[in-house]
Amino acid sequence: MTPTQDVLRVDALTVSVRTEDGLQPLVSDMTFRLGKGETLAIAGESGSGKSITSLAIMGLLPPPAVRVTGGAVILNSRELTQLPEAEMRAVRGDRIAMIFQEPMTSLNPVMTVGTQLVEAIRAHQPVSRAAARAQALEALKAVRLSQPERRLTQYPHELSGGMRQRVMIAMALALKPEVLIADEPTTALDVTVQREVLDLLRDLQRETGMAILLITHDMGVVAEMADRVIVMRNGRIEEEGDVRQIFAAPAAPYTRDLLAAVPRMGQGRRAPPPPAAAPVARLQDVQVRFDLKGGVLGRVTHRVHAVEHVSFDIGAGETFALVGESGCGKSTLARALVGLVPHEGRIEVDGQVLGALDTAGRKALSRAVQIIFQDPMAALDPRMKVGDLVGEPLLIHGQGDGPARAAQVADLLQRVGLEAAHMDRYPHEFSGGQRQRICIARALALRPKLLIADESVSALDVSVQARVLDLLAALKREFGIATLFISHDMAVVENVADRVAVMYLGQVVEMGTRAQVFGAPRHPYTQRLIAAVPVPDPTHVRPPAPRLAGDVPSPVHPLGQGPARLLLADAGDGHMVAAE
Amino acid sequence: MADAAVVDPRRPAGALSRLARHKLALFGLAVIVVIAAAAILAPLVAPFAPDEQNFDGLTLQGSPLPPGGTYLLGTDLLGRDLLSRIIWGARTSLIIGIAANGMALLIGTFVGVIAGYFRGWVGAVLMRFTDLMMAFPALLLAICLAAIFQPSLWIVALVIALVNWVQTARVIYTETSSLATRDFVAAERTLGASTGRILWRHILPHLVPTIIVWGTLGISTTVLLEATLSYLGVGVQPPTPSWGNIIFENQTYFQTAPWLVFVPGAAILLLALAFNLVGDALRDVLDPTLRGSDR
Repeated sequence: MTPTQDVLRVDALTVSVRTEDGLQPLVSDMTFRLGKGETLAIAGESGSGKSITSLAIMGLLPPPAVRVTGGAVILNSRELTQLPEAEMRAVRGDRIAMIFQEPMTSLNPVMTVGTQLVEAIRAHQPVSRAAARAQALEALKAVRLSQPERRLTQYPHELSGGMRQRVMIAMALALKPEVLIADEPTTALDVTVQREVLDLLRDLQRETGMAILLITHDMGVVAEMADRVIVMRNGRIEEEGDVRQIFAAPAAPYTRDLLAAVPRMGQGRRAPPPPAAAPVARLQDVQVRFDLKGGVLGRVTHRVHAVEHVSFDIGAGETFALVGESGCGKSTLARALVGLVPHEGRIEVDGQVLGALDTAGRKALSRAVQIIFQDPMAALDPRMKVGDLVGEPLLIHGQGDGPARAAQVADLLQRVGLEAAHMDRYPHEFSGGQRQRICIARALALRPKLLIADESVSALDVSVQARVLDLLAALKREFGIATLFISHDMAVVENVADRVAVMYLGQVVEMGTRAQVFGAPRHPYTQRLIAAVPVPDPTHVRPPAPRLAGDVPSPVHPLGQGPARLLLADAGDGHMVAAE
Repeated sequence: MADAAVVDPRRPAGALSRLARHKLALFGLAVIVVIAAAAILAPLVAPFAPDEQNFDGLTLQGSPLPPGGTYLLGTDLLGRDLLSRIIWGARTSLIIGIAANGMALLIGTFVGVIAGYFRGWVGAVLMRFTDLMMAFPALLLAICLAAIFQPSLWIVALVIALVNWVQTARVIYTETSSLATRDFVAAERTLGASTGRILWRHILPHLVPTIIVWGTLGISTTVLLEATLSYLGVGVQPPTPSWGNIIFENQTYFQTAPWLVFVPGAAILLLALAFNLVGDALRDVLDPTLRGSDR
């Protein structure tokens, strides 16, 4: 697609933050143009300045510390950076619209979807309430929401994540803006929902001819959506060019590293799976249910069937992956395995049955299994020094005296690529990747037999993610630790797992070796998941996928009822598939 | 972002030196030290005995003397030196403000943490009891309690503590129950940490800022509650002075002798403000996550 005319021009834009040591540039000398009907992707890792750029264009920089200190933003020959706030307000939402990463926080939780849409329309157009409502309905239909009339009267919490993001898009597009800034629009969404939202954005662009400025860290999304790409790093443009050229022949070394770090399907290690050893963990018919109380008397009326009849073994030294979308019960299962949530059925870790453990038994369990959470900042007590955090398991289990512990902590920190000198620092003084290393060091302190990684790399930048995955692989080789790797990211799982189980609404729908599940997926849900993964290759032609109809089914059932139990059948060589 | 540490080049040495950088806190600390010293050394620094009805302490018409002259802050309705009464009253008010308030904080924190961490029926019972205490008129309760026991300074402190812990318990309960669901607490549990260790080492440090804020806010309320009780005759018994009962003794003469209300009022305000400034700075100093970000 060749841009016909420039809608938006950004000229030598510099954004600075005022600090003690004077003005520090966050974004320097940013120059690009965005044509009508074009999609320009700004890609980069966290801290690269891509979001600051979008906020600067919208005039939404957080005052007073951060402001535009040079350059210009020109929308249809109108300079925006010098506009007074009142005039900028008229431009915002009307001519340039924006959608954010987290649709729940961008929508007002106490107003209905309809009211919010009507308000947004009437803020810019002198139309009657009824006309605005008609327009709102039109917008909801345009984003292909099912039952649009009903959606108008619903509150944001009544909608699923994908539906909320559609509402956000509807709100952004209701006024037919010339430019849509999409800041990580699908990062918080499940992969199948992401697929739908991306398709929707592309279709809407074709219909309306708007220009899209797509801010993302996901090179797969870039490859699928963009016409042109800008790669940013440390507030500067590292490389700019046509999407095919960037992916085929990246010029800047940074772009090459970035693309190399992106996990791709079909590149998993082709090493043979380790010989079948005695399992470190055995799950038999495990169920986790949460009671929901309701009614006047506060009786249990419904149950969340978070995990339903799950059975599998994890062999010693094996990496077993659980994949599935949010709400499928994979994290709940992980928490049940470390005794954080009560379960039914039988879980056996390192020869101990979980249900029957007393206090001493629980302590012994924590020596056998350890968990690494998704957000390392949340999992580390911010008021403790790193040395104390990593040494705490040793202290709790009374291993070694002071100096011996300190030496062991130093050794652990070095093992995960940090320095012993880091012991006296606090978690907030580290970057995200380093914090996750601290969590790994702490989990390793007790030499567990099984390590659970619950979305442990999902919040990290790709290059950091690649390094943490390498670290986990190295530790696995060194200590022979079995890993339960939980992720929603099919590409990552494909790269690390020996065996894979796919979960859907609390049940396992398919299970087998990596080659079986990814090479020859049998269950339609597995096939859909794999097909939905964005491919970081702009030349990749996606086969037309059937659009999913209706809402996501819920794991909540009235008391006494439950989901139909799926029975797994062997499709050959231990490849277990649920019958339809 | 690069996988590199964000290092603070100026690592502050100790908590004390960091506290010293808060100028307002130093001022507050000075005020507290001066008031405490005056209270302890009351027999030495007070120019008159607090209950001495001076012969020349009233005008010929029998009205109190305004500030100035022999009686630096004037005299009260009985011709007693106000400055001396303020100095002696600091003893009562500090004991109430610190001991009673401290006890209230301890009870409130204990109840709040236990209820917030364990939830279930323990939490339900404790919090319903707290709600009951909250709904019950505090003053009435204090009067009942004070009437049962013989009024004395320590009994008054105890009564105030038994009435004043509820707000703290509510706030601490809410905060603890949100802390208890955080990942780092889950992480501690998976490490095999005992409940006591989690509460003491991982929950309590996070509650310190709240406790400090409620503690400093509580000082002025407890001092005033003591004054109310004294006024109603169930608190500190006259002629023992306290800042509160000086105000209440003289409030009806506010028009003609404003200093009798203004001076003890200012003393309460100053004490509360001083504790507030120190508490504020302490909160910043004790929070490692604010290191290097405050200046």
